[in-house]
Amino acid sequence: MPTAIKAEGLSKQYRIGQYRPAYGTLRDSITNNVRKWRTGHLHDDPREIWALRDVSLEAREGEVIGIIGPNGAGKSTLLKILTKITWPTHGRAEIHGRVGSLLEVGTGFHPELTGRENIYLNGAILGMKRSEISRKLDTIIEFSGIEKFMDTPVKRYSSGMFVRLAFSVAAHFEPDIMVVDEVLAVGDADFQRRSLGRMESLGDSGRTVLFVSHNLHAVLQLCDRALLLQDGQVVREGNTHDVVAYYEEQTVGSGARVSWDDSDPDAPGNDLVRLRSVRVIDEDGAPAATIDVRRAVGIEVEFRVLRPGPAVVPKIKLLDQHGAICFNALDVDDRWNAPKAPGDYVATAWIPPNLLNEGRHSVDVNVVTLATPKLIPHASAYKIVAFHVYDPADGDSARGLFGGELRGVVRPLLEWTYDEQ
Amino acid sequence: MTETPLQTPQRPVERPAEPRDAAARSAFVTIIQPPPRWPRLEARELWRFRELMAVFVWRDLKVRYKQTVIGAGWALLQPVLPTVVYTLVFGKYANFPSDKLPYPIFAFASVLIWQYFSAALTVSSGSLVANVGLITKVYFPRLLLPLGAVTTPLVDLALGVVLLVFGMAWYDIWPSATVLFAPGFVAIALASALGAGLIFSALNVRYRDIPFVIPVFMQVMPFLSGVIYAVSDLPPKWQWLLAFNPLTTAVSGWRWAVLGGAQPVLGQAAIGIAMAILLLVAGFAFFKRAEPKFADTI
Repeated sequence: MPTAIKAEGLSKQYRIGQYRPAYGTLRDSITNNVRKWRTGHLHDDPREIWALRDVSLEAREGEVIGIIGPNGAGKSTLLKILTKITWPTHGRAEIHGRVGSLLEVGTGFHPELTGRENIYLNGAILGMKRSEISRKLDTIIEFSGIEKFMDTPVKRYSSGMFVRLAFSVAAHFEPDIMVVDEVLAVGDADFQRRSLGRMESLGDSGRTVLFVSHNLHAVLQLCDRALLLQDGQVVREGNTHDVVAYYEEQTVGSGARVSWDDSDPDAPGNDLVRLRSVRVIDEDGAPAATIDVRRAVGIEVEFRVLRPGPAVVPKIKLLDQHGAICFNALDVDDRWNAPKAPGDYVATAWIPPNLLNEGRHSVDVNVVTLATPKLIPHASAYKIVAFHVYDPADGDSARGLFGGELRGVVRPLLEWTYDEQ
Repeated sequence: MTETPLQTPQRPVERPAEPRDAAARSAFVTIIQPPPRWPRLEARELWRFRELMAVFVWRDLKVRYKQTVIGAGWALLQPVLPTVVYTLVFGKYANFPSDKLPYPIFAFASVLIWQYFSAALTVSSGSLVANVGLITKVYFPRLLLPLGAVTTPLVDLALGVVLLVFGMAWYDIWPSATVLFAPGFVAIALASALGAGLIFSALNVRYRDIPFVIPVFMQVMPFLSGVIYAVSDLPPKWQWLLAFNPLTTAVSGWRWAVLGGAQPVLGQAAIGIAMAILLLVAGFAFFKRAEPKFADTI
């Protein structure tokens, strides 16, 4: 596949500072210059901020690339440079094909103009030729679902109608390279679902998509590759799952595995039991930070019994991203009924497929002694590992063909029976 | 008449993207790099975006007289009102010189080209700031905005000229072959308005003082460019001084071309034309030099 975007060493510097407002009045500028002339320097030297530092990026045709990172990491700046809205300070990029951006749906809509007029206006602003718009006009109107209001000024539209029309124009805009920035943040759930669907179909048709988002589910679901930006630099690049996992590990502080040396004084435990490692593994036993919702996930706990003592049982507690408890689970097998001889033990709890909801989950691990109604903990580690459940939305999960949000601590795939009356 | 109930918009089905024309793609390569030290005009790119400029002009025309009672009638009324006032005050009372033409038609022709200049300069000066939403969201050559802004009022000028023709018929004034020069003098007004508009619009991105400067400028200009009197009746010393204002050439030349007023002195006209070109070149240079910062500072 030929290269669609090749960027090398892109950097962008902004000047900020107390005496450099985003825009000032002439008077400010004059007084500053006078001060500079008299004292040889400004009262407060403008600070220089690198919004982007030496960012390189290569996208092949038809690739869908996710750009993630915390606020202020430079994601939007990167897109603005690639769409020529702003200039880089250093670096160079070569772009093959027409670039279109969906930085905001409905850019340039004029409230006084009618729906039909705005289709032409918005289409032209996005970069469509007049002939192209005329050719697609009927389908754009039909797709918007508001045929009746085409000759009404847009200012009389409800916000829902506005978004519908705007999205319809955007959906008929088909550049070679599409840049999408947080479109998903606006609009209702239905709208977000359609945006995602739109991006997917653009990717499928061989177009290159750059997708900036905070929505890690969407990134996992749509992107072939991902780029993690932090402080204006590319910190990680590659397989979407690895990059998302790395990012989550960094931001939340816990990853998919953790282990302690024998001599590590920080290893959770007491004089009876000590934890040695905890890992999140997939069905093949390999450590995994992102789990397909249709697959089982294992929590593997390795611990050492240090001396003869009471019977102990491993226990896990699963929390969702909001901190709600999904469940507590003990291994109820007979094997834990009798005290264990000193030595190392590995227990793996398998969470069945199609049970958890999408999103980030963290795990508390305990090794306890049962003393109904209480549990006596020996070794406890809180939120010690975490993993991200995602749904590729192929239609065979509990969401079926539904693209919106299904709320709940769990999202089991139930068996339904029915009788035709 | 039966009332149709408002239909709830139906949810449209997903639409697959059209297959891509890979061959067309190869023709399109964009290079992104830091702004050049000496900016170029990039006329070819401007040409490629000509449709968008037409759309901007069309939008501004469409929007202008929305929700007004007499609509485009304002385009006709606007030059008529000052003409009446000028005729009463300067024509009848103060007896200003008017190249031996009836003062009302003299004033009307002057007001037409003056109002074109005034609208072109005012709108183009504010054109960048008025389109912040676009500048920070989509790319297009920013020049399209001031260029469009000086194009839109040409339509009002054209409407005014229709009225002018009726007025001339009323006074039994018939244009001679000099009328062929008329577009040239409009071009001088356009170049001056664009040149100044480019500088003001770029300044306005950073300094919001500009909207306060323009009206003052506009109040003084009619007196300095022979809108309400004939420059040819001034002492030559003053004529040469006013020649450095390109609008003087535009206004008196326009009257000469259309009404057969006093012929502009060739040397003075040359100065005026040179000033207009100078202003235009300076405007482009200033604008292109400031352009890389627009999206960041606006």
